[in-house]
Amino acid sequence: MTTVGHRPLDGFEDNDQKPIGHGRMLRKEDPRFIRGMGRYCDDVQLPGMLHMAVLRSPVAHARIVSIDTSAAEAHPKVKAVVTGAALAEKGLAWMPTLSGDVQAVLATDKVRFQGQEVAFVVAEDRYAARDALELIDVEYDVLEPVIDVRKALDPAAPVIRDDLEGKQNNHCFDWETGDAEATEAVFASADVVVSEDIVYPRVHPAPMETCGCVADYDRVEGRLTLWSTSQAPHAHRTLYAIVAGLPEHKIRVISPDLGGGFGGKVPIYPGYVCAIVGSIVTGKPVKWMEDRSENLTSTGFARDYIMRGEIAATRDGRILAVRTNVLADHGAFNGVAAPVKYPAGFFGVFTGSYDLQAAYCKMTAVFTNKAPGGVAYACSFRITEAVYLIERIVDCLAYELQMDPIELRIKNFIQPDQFPYRTQTGWVYDSGDYEPTMRKAMEIAGYDELREEQARRRAQGELMGIGVSFFTEAVGAGPRKDMDILGLGMADGCELRVHPTGKAVVRLSVQSQGQGHETTFAQIVAEEIGIPPADIDVVHGDTDQTPFGLGTYGSRSTPVSGAAAALVARKVRDKARLIASGMLEVSVADLEWEKGSFHVKGDPAKCVTIQDIAMRAHGAGDLPEGVEGGLEAQICYNPENLTYPHGAYICVVDIDPGTAQVKVRRFIAVDDCGTRINPMIIEGQVHGGLTDGVGMALMEMIAFDEDGNCLGGSLMDYLIPTSLEVPDWETGFTVTPSPHHPIGAKGVGESATVGSPPAIVNAVLDALKPFGIRHADMPLTPSRVWDAMRGVPRPPI
Amino acid sequence: MRVSMTVNGEEITREIEGRLLLVHFLRDHLSLTGTHWGCDTSNCGTCVVWLDGEPVKSCTVLAAMAGGHEVRTVEGLERDGELDPVQQGFMECHGLQCGFCTPGMLMTARALLDRNPSPSEAEIREAISGQICRCTGYATIVRSVRWAAAREAADSETTGSMS
Ligand code: FES
Ligand code: FES
Repeated sequence: MTTVGHRPLDGFEDNDQKPIGHGRMLRKEDPRFIRGMGRYCDDVQLPGMLHMAVLRSPVAHARIVSIDTSAAEAHPKVKAVVTGAALAEKGLAWMPTLSGDVQAVLATDKVRFQGQEVAFVVAEDRYAARDALELIDVEYDVLEPVIDVRKALDPAAPVIRDDLEGKQNNHCFDWETGDAEATEAVFASADVVVSEDIVYPRVHPAPMETCGCVADYDRVEGRLTLWSTSQAPHAHRTLYAIVAGLPEHKIRVISPDLGGGFGGKVPIYPGYVCAIVGSIVTGKPVKWMEDRSENLTSTGFARDYIMRGEIAATRDGRILAVRTNVLADHGAFNGVAAPVKYPAGFFGVFTGSYDLQAAYCKMTAVFTNKAPGGVAYACSFRITEAVYLIERIVDCLAYELQMDPIELRIKNFIQPDQFPYRTQTGWVYDSGDYEPTMRKAMEIAGYDELREEQARRRAQGELMGIGVSFFTEAVGAGPRKDMDILGLGMADGCELRVHPTGKAVVRLSVQSQGQGHETTFAQIVAEEIGIPPADIDVVHGDTDQTPFGLGTYGSRSTPVSGAAAALVARKVRDKARLIASGMLEVSVADLEWEKGSFHVKGDPAKCVTIQDIAMRAHGAGDLPEGVEGGLEAQICYNPENLTYPHGAYICVVDIDPGTAQVKVRRFIAVDDCGTRINPMIIEGQVHGGLTDGVGMALMEMIAFDEDGNCLGGSLMDYLIPTSLEVPDWETGFTVTPSPHHPIGAKGVGESATVGSPPAIVNAVLDALKPFGIRHADMPLTPSRVWDAMRGVPRPPI
Repeated sequence: MRVSMTVNGEEITREIEGRLLLVHFLRDHLSLTGTHWGCDTSNCGTCVVWLDGEPVKSCTVLAAMAGGHEVRTVEGLERDGELDPVQQGFMECHGLQCGFCTPGMLMTARALLDRNPSPSEAEIREAISGQICRCTGYATIVRSVRWAAAREAADSETTGSMS
């Protein structure tokens, strides 16, 4: 069932008149942030703390001939200088990546990308540590780099990963999904086949807070405390235990307030390991914060897929099959953050929101002399690439068929009665009702009027474009039967304790990077147990204080941990019911729950509140037979399926014919993330993602020159949208609950990042229709749009 | 070298290196960690503070240059236990998510409203355009500043009619 709602543009929905539970509620975390009292990693100051700085390779590919650290060691404020050779002696020169490859902590043999970690210095203050880097003398024997991904597999290409036994080329992996033969058969007999080369350039999450940590190793206790910018503190702790051989119970990872993450803070970076070593070596706490250029050039990039998309359809617009061939650039090490069995993440959902007869994807991934990564930048494991591919190629089909892009989409939507729907690549979409969402977006946009306006403007030579995208995401990884990261199942724990006075604390295994967990999770628990959110403390981001779980990324907090929070609250409520039956001297079956209290059926005056029950649970006096004291519970939630939010986006752009500058005039986003917990927070998540979309579609790209120099290494070169590049967002929603999630919520953190780039690019191409251009690649900067207007669009790589 | 300045109304004197940036002076020497640092190129604006009432990027000012001047940081926005209306506005209108850009945004917003009590959307966007927020998409920041402007207008009306 779908309910359709629409919010006036200048306000929020009311709190549904519900005193506690779901609805708009101001954030519990904000009072500290607006006072400058947030506590981020770099705010941690410990007595005697030292500072670390990392020396990085200036070149993309070179053999290290020698490293002379003597001058740096002689610096009066320097406490330690460590090179790869020193780490190798401890067996710490290499570490596993999240996808089963290895990555150098500090280079020993070769450097493999510009910005790779070569040595580190620990000194008394930040400035001295930086000074000492200048005193380290490294002699490099420069090698030919592999930068052009299309040439990485040339037999003559230099081998980047000669550290791997017997490696003779730059091949990383091959992967395929779908049915090649069945797809070929459909293509062979289709009326219309359209194919297009589509590039999703390398971009970077670039959270405003860079990565860093404070490592504090207690030699006496053998205990390590690590404050770090981590989206997954528990997973990190386990990995440190495995890498460094430290016992897991002696490691405490604290993820304090994070200044954004967007996937970039999922991996373990060499800097964290270096800081830990620095603390072990010096016996003092060691702080490391990377600078912005280190962040952009060395931490996890996203995307970097070169895709050939093909679509087969009937002449009247029935889409039959989709096929794609992908060349994936993984950089120097395979650092992709995705469940083990999914080397291409969830790219398999490239079949989109359409009911197809066949689909097939073949992917080849290669190593190049670029930074490693492949993180899910505000996207659930490569879904952004998948959605971009299908939504761009569907538009190319609309172009060829001369059909309205919305009409073409609606005609091919999976129908409500087809859910749960198994796609041609094996994904089971839990629920969806697409057409009302699309129609809602059209209604807010005034789609027909926009098309009329466009016709008028076109007649006057103006370039106005209207772009559409419709996406289905797969989020909330994931069922442990098929999803794990380095052997760790992707479940999440949750613990709830109600104190004697009826206040509560809920402990999560996921970690907020700005999503407002302290509010949303308090609301989830409040809705189930009837304690006001203000009385529920949410604890997260500290492995000593929270149950195990895999952390926040891939929009998994609400689908996985949110489910855990609801279920643990129900478990506590069940116990409360037993206690209430004793207090009211009736059987459990005679009790009725109304948010916050139990009363005797038919006699609302005979009631006990959850607060009364909490006191009884901890207090003197008898409890019913077999009931232990206390009012608390813990669970570990293993999702039975992913959740599949969807959305319809419409973008309106104007292009200046003189400068080729694209201006996003309007953007309408209608999201369906199932049950909505806090509409204010949801809207904020959507706004942020739409802004990411403008960045990727029009501005952002991590480019390299032919020598492998990163050309996007500062915020002067890597352009992130400011307030001037984005419009006032227009949002709406529909609600199609997830059938298997205890409260029907699907997650929304990344929907807009996933769904917006194709809407914007489609709008630009729609504006350029008079030039006879069907496709041009991101980022659609003025110079690239200018080329397209002259009929020579060029790929960015 | 020795440097003296007023920070949030308090006279302070410290011994520093001449090359020390104001942002690091505030954060590391005075433990005023509300002012953040986010880039190497003066682009992000997470470090914005006031120098003699003007918003500046404190990563681009030497602590020594602030000697003899008056610095105000986000920690100095709240007065006598009362939140500044821009602080309230950001809470009311969800003008922040991770909070990392927020102190800088608040300082700029306060300075804008001091000069222009009822800015248009375009004027607000212009004022914060030297600062990056990676989380909010700016629309809620614009709403937050307008909320504060409206609150201040309403307050001054009440005060006006009372006097
Ligand atoms: S730290 Fe980025 S502008 Fe100052
Ligand atoms: S709230 Fe995160 S950068 Fe603005």
